[in-house]
Amino acid sequence: MKIPNFFKSVFFGVPVGITIVDIIGYIARVDGISMQPALNPDRTQTDYVFLNRWATKGYEIKRGDIVSLISPKDPSQKIIKRIIGLEGDVIATLKYKSDIVRVPEGHCWIEGDHTGHSMDSNNFGPVSLGLITAKASCIVWPPNRWQFINSFLPESRAPLNLSSRSIIGIAY
Amino acid sequence: MGVYRNILLSQNAQRYFLGTVGTFIKYGCLAHCTFQFVGDFVLCSGPSMEPTIHSDDILLTEHITPWMGQIRHGDIIIAKCPSNPKQQICKRVIGLPGETVKVGFASYKSVPRGHVWLQGDNNSNSLDSRSYGPIPQGLIKSRAICKVWPIKSVSMLVS
Repeated sequence: MKIPNFFKSVFFGVPVGITIVDIIGYIARVDGISMQPALNPDRTQTDYVFLNRWATKGYEIKRGDIVSLISPKDPSQKIIKRIIGLEGDVIATLKYKSDIVRVPEGHCWIEGDHTGHSMDSNNFGPVSLGLITAKASCIVWPPNRWQFINSFLPESRAPLNLSSRSIIGIAY
Repeated sequence: MGVYRNILLSQNAQRYFLGTVGTFIKYGCLAHCTFQFVGDFVLCSGPSMEPTIHSDDILLTEHITPWMGQIRHGDIIIAKCPSNPKQQICKRVIGLPGETVKVGFASYKSVPRGHVWLQGDNNSNSLDSRSYGPIPQGLIKSRAICKVWPIKSVSMLVS
């Protein structure tokens, strides 16, 4: 009688586990240098972040959030970037094919914090919101890096329609 | 004695209640996993896939092929709409990464890496890759296998 009980536990335990991971969130390792200095500031240790799936359920994301998304270039790869612009925003791009881009409906503009060392929207353009899988809400490992990740939009990268530094901003 | 029996009864009721909630959670999670990772039913609306699929047809779809990246030419897929992630679209895969698709009378477009070219079967009345370009493979949710409703049009969907 013991063994069938064990199988029964697995039969229900696995779906319960998967559902929790799928709905609430999970912990993932951050690879690469593209989000320095917010994530992986030190070469010698890698950060582990909690990816909050619940927060992106309704695709209600804000500028400055760090999100994980499926790479538009390779669906088997996940990337972690910062949201710079939402739909309708005007972005001054860096080394993209056009200098100024208006983010289309249902899309967002994402960038890594480490300008120039990141494969982001400056490379492949605006990405569809549907590719976003989760929001990075805190760093859980190593212990000396324990912290919540706050929404932060670098002043120099803010969309032109929000910042006052540009002529376009004043025109709005 | 009476008080003791009441406590016993309420403990039993509590246990029974927790047991019921537990059962709901277990089967709920099992259903969630099945619909999320194995297969589910989709109600289609709109004319874009006529004559293959009509409005209000119900399709049986599976999630395993897209998950393994085994999408092929001619498959009918359900994907998130690129301009509104809360909406889903049902289209046919016309072009895979690296291929060239004919978009106009004499204009061709190549499908970039990690993308697919989608088109509805109803060429004259379909909002598809011809208007919003190739869509990332990451947006594909599932592949349609067969029509299950209405009864008289039950059939497999072939590539």
